[in-house]
Amino acid sequence: MKKLMMSAAVLAVALGMSAASASAQEKLKACWLYVGAIGDFGWTYQHNQGRLAVEKELGDKVQTVFVENVPEADSERAIERLARDGCAIVFTTSFGFMEPTLKVAKKFPDVKFEHATGFKTAPNVTTYNAKFHEGRYVIGQIAAKMSKSGVAGYIVSVPIPEVISGINAFMLGAQTVNPDFKVKIVWINSWYDPGKEADAAKVLFSQGADIIVQHTDSTAPLQVAEEQGKHGFGQASDMIKFAPKAQYTAIVDDWAPYYVRRVKDVLGGTWKSQSSWDGMAEGTVHMAPFTNLPDDVVKAATEAMDAIKSGKLHPFTGPITKQDGSTIGEAGKPLGDGDILGMNWFVKGVDDKLPQ
Amino acid sequence: MDATTAVFLTIVTAATPLLLAALGELVTERSGVLNLGVEGMMVMGAVAGFGAGFLSGNPYIGIFAAILAGMAMALLFGLLTLTLVTNQVATGLSLTLLGLGLSGLLGESFVGEPGVRLPKWLGIDILIPVSFILVAAVSYVLFRTKIGLVIRAVGDSHASAHALGYRVTLVRYACVLFGGACSGLAGGYLSLAYTPQWVENMTAGRGWIALALVVFSSWLPWRLVVGAYLFGAISILAYTVQTFALGIPSQLLLSLPYIATILALVLISASRRLTRSNAPACLGQPFVPDR
Amino acid sequence: MPLVLEKRAERSTRMALLSPVIAIALTLITGAVLFAIRGIEPLHGLYVYFVEPLTQMWSVEQLIVKATPLVLIGVGLAVCYTANVWNIGAEGQFTMGAILGGMIPVLFPAWQSPLTLITMLLFGILGGMAWAAIPALLKTRFNANEILTSLMLVYVAQLLLDWLVRGPWRDPQGFNFPKTITFDGWQLLPMLSGSIHLGVLFALAAALVLAFVMARMLKGFEIRVSGNAPRAGRFAGFSRPRTIMFCFLLSGGLAGLAGITEVASVVAQLQPQISPGYGFTAIIVAFLGRLNPIGAIFAGLMLALSYLGGEAAQVTLGLSDRIAKVFQGILLFYILACDTLILYRFRWLKTQVSAAVQPAE
Repeated sequence: MKKLMMSAAVLAVALGMSAASASAQEKLKACWLYVGAIGDFGWTYQHNQGRLAVEKELGDKVQTVFVENVPEADSERAIERLARDGCAIVFTTSFGFMEPTLKVAKKFPDVKFEHATGFKTAPNVTTYNAKFHEGRYVIGQIAAKMSKSGVAGYIVSVPIPEVISGINAFMLGAQTVNPDFKVKIVWINSWYDPGKEADAAKVLFSQGADIIVQHTDSTAPLQVAEEQGKHGFGQASDMIKFAPKAQYTAIVDDWAPYYVRRVKDVLGGTWKSQSSWDGMAEGTVHMAPFTNLPDDVVKAATEAMDAIKSGKLHPFTGPITKQDGSTIGEAGKPLGDGDILGMNWFVKGVDDKLPQ
Repeated sequence: MDATTAVFLTIVTAATPLLLAALGELVTERSGVLNLGVEGMMVMGAVAGFGAGFLSGNPYIGIFAAILAGMAMALLFGLLTLTLVTNQVATGLSLTLLGLGLSGLLGESFVGEPGVRLPKWLGIDILIPVSFILVAAVSYVLFRTKIGLVIRAVGDSHASAHALGYRVTLVRYACVLFGGACSGLAGGYLSLAYTPQWVENMTAGRGWIALALVVFSSWLPWRLVVGAYLFGAISILAYTVQTFALGIPSQLLLSLPYIATILALVLISASRRLTRSNAPACLGQPFVPDR
Repeated sequence: MPLVLEKRAERSTRMALLSPVIAIALTLITGAVLFAIRGIEPLHGLYVYFVEPLTQMWSVEQLIVKATPLVLIGVGLAVCYTANVWNIGAEGQFTMGAILGGMIPVLFPAWQSPLTLITMLLFGILGGMAWAAIPALLKTRFNANEILTSLMLVYVAQLLLDWLVRGPWRDPQGFNFPKTITFDGWQLLPMLSGSIHLGVLFALAAALVLAFVMARMLKGFEIRVSGNAPRAGRFAGFSRPRTIMFCFLLSGGLAGLAGITEVASVVAQLQPQISPGYGFTAIIVAFLGRLNPIGAIFAGLMLALSYLGGEAAQVTLGLSDRIAKVFQGILLFYILACDTLILYRFRWLKTQVSAAVQPAE
């Protein structure tokens, strides 16, 4: 039976090209739920780019639908509406959508759900995430090489594991170059407030940082860097247009390959529940072109990226010394996925404290 | 630039949009009109300012467009609340809703484009001295001229002002439009100088803070400066303290500007010397002349 | 200006009934034009926006659930605003209600009895009342303007919740994500039918009781006098500070109840964001309902419908959220503007000269 279905699926894919017109009347509905506005030029913008890529790639085989600006506290209804409206697959793109997604998924066992950045799966609920920390490790190395003061400023939104593992990966990368590298951290409690981000960047520069790193969505910190003749890294998308002299590179979230693959899986009947965690190797995390950097730094960064892609280098390779002096991980072995996905401690060298 | 100057400048840039928007609202409220749509007018100013600056390549045209957009929104508010005497609170809140939606619609094609930046004069944004000149001007006009007397009379007792032959509705229209212009200017400052870019909802609640500052100032222009700079200073202080990594919860630091504003208001209000009753007596009340 | 507005001698009953009809007609026309511009068949667009949500049992339930917190908060605010007391910090009182009520299941996760729920609800009300008492006290003791203090306390409450769910109250099994344990059993409100929970009855009861109090009881009279004619109120021996405190405690308590109701039903846990701005939207609800508790029920349902319609338009018509917001703004403007006709009427004013020679009516 399973075999039969598989071969049917293969056949379907093979016929897909020629039989496009036949399936046109039976378009697959793929749906997205966004926490922010598609015009935020950050998190939601990138997910929407992924949706557009699905439209472009799969053409008239799919119809895509999205609902934006959905408050997390009010999301269950929006998810259920999508399921009721005949969506075959629903991507819910914020951590806060986790419980509502699971609740609705229980009611609609035939609809496939994909929840970004969560940790709970079900037979029809997959989780997916990206290894942003791989990019953060590389920019940590670049920052330590380029900084004259040996201090970076780091603007962060909220203390969730993804953000914390980002800070740690950045520090571990930096420490491979300069063991005494310092980072000053400012939490602004918002993913997205250009004014606050700009203020935080200015404060950090005045406190001696000469490179700015951000885990918030707007281009404001880079613009401040550009104005003050300092440098920094883009977040979520390539922000070079906003800071042609200041941006070294940017960690780009590219959801397109993942979305195209998963929608194709539904079309082909091969969709399975899983926990997907793609990184540089799969292209979900990639670096914007290196700019404003000397050749040797570019060369080292490219080598680090290649090593990460090939699996030779893992940012969290044990033993890692935590802030409190204890160590985690076996020598030469990477930390388990669970340790990274639920990270709530800082590595040695980070001064900031986490709420416990 | 040493660290102190840098921090001071950061405070000034953070406080200026609040000051500009609050100043406009102060004049509007002095004439007896409560416009809760500051956020909506501001965000429209931001998108219009960015758009006009981006398309023309001239930031001054952008600022001009920002002012006009704020005034257009204010005119809509005026038509509803002054001509059609709708409820001011509900109309203002709806105006904010409309502004947030409309600005997103108009700004769709501007996302991800670096716009133009308002040039700096002597290292500071030109709108910073402008904000002070405006405060001085408003203060002078409100308390030293006939025009100011009329505005205050209209705000304190529209019936008496009408009986004296002043055209209450016309005066209020003018004040509402001035409020819109200032909010638009504040929005333009955001998208052309503070953070030169357009993203949806980029005002991020600053309109509400501006409204609160008007109350804080007890409707006195110079006290607005104190309020806006106090708020700005404590916000920036919250970031600065974080860089020392003392282990204080960031949420506590980030709530300090709000707590401090409440405390300052309590201190001001509790002192008899500082509180003459400045609140316009007719604030929020509709006016239709008897004919 | 040839067309002027004139105050009617008394409220027009005819217009009171007609004005919503006119508003709806104008909205439909505007909506049709808007849809046509975006290339959508106008009638279909209007159907999706306003009718479709009412055709399925599921979405009618959702409509009622969505309206519940809006009505609960809105009726309290309506009383406040009638008394000229400006509580605009209901969002913060909502948050504090959720925090204090949600504290019970977070600290005593194993406690499962009907008392659990009752305690949660009481704590929720207390939380809202306590948070509302601050601006009330600052107003009565120090004369500090309640608009500013109640608004600023919203941000403080939200940051407090943020700290709690990221720090001390975080779910130990939650991979360090910012959320508490999920509530279940007697930590949640019982369901009435489908997705409708007990909170709906709270909202209805609050509206009915307050409507009675405002119309028939001395307290209601006191509140109205205190708002309309404070001097007369003083002569009648009504204490203004007491009215202020009463209004804040009442509206704060109801907002707190709405807060705990939401986290004990729809959200089912504490997380950094528990409200899509119900406390602010309820201000519109209070005014749309003409500051009448029964009116607030209709206004709450109306706003809930416009949210659901906005979602439907995004899903079914591919209309963006921005257009839904613009449409919502215009809709509210129409309703407000048409209300004008109840108290006023339009009259063509002849030129000044001829007007002067006309005999008095």
